[in-house]
Amino acid sequence: MAKKPARTLDAPQRGINDDIGEEKRLTMYRLQVLIRESEQRAFDLFLQNLVKGTSHLSLGQEAVAAGFAAAMQPRDLSFCTYRGHAHTLARGVPIEKVLGELMQRDNGLMRGKGGSMHLTSVEHGVMGSYAIIGAHLPIACGAALRAQYKGDGDVAVCFFGDGTTNIGAFHEALNFAVVWKLPVIFVCENNLYMEYTPIGDVTAVEHPAADRAPAYGLPRIIVDGNDADEVYRAALAAYVKARAGEGPSLIECMTYRHSGHSRADPAKYRPHGELEKWKERDPLIIYRARLKQFGVADDIIAGIDADVKRRVDEATESCKAAPPPSLDLLTADVYADGGFAWRN
Amino acid sequence: MAELTYRDAVARGIAQEMVRDPDVIFFGEDVGKPGGVFKTTVGLYEQFGGKRVRDCPISEQAILGAAMGAAMTGLKPIAEIMFSDFFAVCFDYIANEFSKSRYMSNGQLKCPLVVRTANGAGSRFGAQHSQSVENWVMMIPGLKVVAPSTPRDVIGLLAAAVRDPDPVIFFEHKSLYPTKGEVPDGEIVDRLGSANVVRPGRDATILALALMVPRAHEAAGRLKAEHGIDCEVVDVRSLVPLDTRTILESVGRTHRLFTVEENPRLCGWGAEIVSIVADEAFYDLDGPPVRITTPHIPLPAADILEDIALPTVERIVERVRRSMDS
Repeated sequence: MAKKPARTLDAPQRGINDDIGEEKRLTMYRLQVLIRESEQRAFDLFLQNLVKGTSHLSLGQEAVAAGFAAAMQPRDLSFCTYRGHAHTLARGVPIEKVLGELMQRDNGLMRGKGGSMHLTSVEHGVMGSYAIIGAHLPIACGAALRAQYKGDGDVAVCFFGDGTTNIGAFHEALNFAVVWKLPVIFVCENNLYMEYTPIGDVTAVEHPAADRAPAYGLPRIIVDGNDADEVYRAALAAYVKARAGEGPSLIECMTYRHSGHSRADPAKYRPHGELEKWKERDPLIIYRARLKQFGVADDIIAGIDADVKRRVDEATESCKAAPPPSLDLLTADVYADGGFAWRN
Repeated sequence: MAELTYRDAVARGIAQEMVRDPDVIFFGEDVGKPGGVFKTTVGLYEQFGGKRVRDCPISEQAILGAAMGAAMTGLKPIAEIMFSDFFAVCFDYIANEFSKSRYMSNGQLKCPLVVRTANGAGSRFGAQHSQSVENWVMMIPGLKVVAPSTPRDVIGLLAAAVRDPDPVIFFEHKSLYPTKGEVPDGEIVDRLGSANVVRPGRDATILALALMVPRAHEAAGRLKAEHGIDCEVVDVRSLVPLDTRTILESVGRTHRLFTVEENPRLCGWGAEIVSIVADEAFYDLDGPPVRITTPHIPLPAADILEDIALPTVERIVERVRRSMDS
């Protein structure tokens, strides 16, 4: 179990510049609001049939993305799952590029060629969102292998859900990363459900990631994934370890998704009252209280809320006005020559 | 010019590229200190060290995933999958990941990697260590697929594969490892997507790949000597990109087409070529195209069974003769 940080909601340090500090906290708060508003907007746009295909929202899981992004260097590389909107936004990818991709418009991150499950922005270090469970853990190992080979201090971070811990690639990647001491951080967002099935019903151990860590010689790390400060501290420690050449970390963040697995899932399998109980521990409620306890004025918080809402509104309008992708994209970029020719 | 085995050509080809480019790294199971289970990579660990030549756990998904991650961030990895049959346990990377990432990301992600693998029958290893699986991968958009038949082509096509900006699946044939061929001194760099006419002829075109090339060549010699049928043998070499120009030109000259394929019959590479020829050169043909393949069976272990499963020189001769007579 990770050591509980000394400062909690019960021990406010009003006005004191602690290990995190106000500027970093405001950054993390803004990111969480941004993710909340953007994901809620994606859901609303889905109801209007403007978001097509599928989408997997991170409502309720904002603190994990915000905490890690706040601990990263710009050159670090993120690898996400299909539930990757949050991590993509957290790296600074413009909202309209994410919403545009969800809405399959020409202004989208990949101009509609990837869709909701494959958000990628190499210039922001978002090295892809992967929709086959477990696939990106070995891929993140490869990015970490390059960083180790070049010795440039870059770190790869790989986010995945609790369900991923039961697929082979998870175990192959962990062993690989430890054996080669790779600078990679594996982050399990344990939201208690693999898809529709409770993770505990199908897993041999209580903590699907952390309880497997000792099998690979790694410490067992569990953090409150709804508290961005705790996530941030755990992330920083893992980055320090990785940059020191001391190898990978596996961190299990306990959290909860407020919506279903995907847009088609009303999540009726959840026990009565469970969602309400978790909503009392909503990352945004926790963090607003945290900011107040550290002396941040209400109008600053309200100002961030209003600014993010305005930006999401503007992004929505620009996406609605954007054209669909041009038809010549259909056969573009299958191969490096830009086309799809497989014969002469 | 020196005589070299196909096996030794693999190590020479990898070394050539690793000397040229420090971003080329090589890893797989038992490839470093042990020198490879087929002894194809002997000496590389000693020459380039453990940072660039790495022994991996038995984790094919980790091997191909790591190759992909290294490739998309700037290295030029060569990854070995010991037997091509094992593609089945890491097929996600081949079918879903490095083949599609460029397209899905609208050109942002690039995966210049090479997957080398030992393919094909003849070792009496049975159904799970003997398959020819080129058709498993040639159907996947985004991949390039080559299968050399000579030591010279091993070096030249491997160099072309390493230098190519797309992911390349590189099939080495287990039964060709001990075979020898003349190899020029110095750097050899070939071109993906080019077939070779290895024996000119006027009466019929025989297309072959990897181990089937020397068999087709021998069959062509016997067809000429014993039956007066002058066959042109084309080593297809590269399935993607496919050199349809060389193939169609050959059929345009000979007016007959035979394919010799080691894969089981359904959906073999020859089926695609026959369909192209039927579509684009139908009126050049003087008779129906004929595919000579392994039957639609898993491969048996016993030598007398395995030997009759694959297209043999005798079967090629008989099938071509019968078709040309009719």
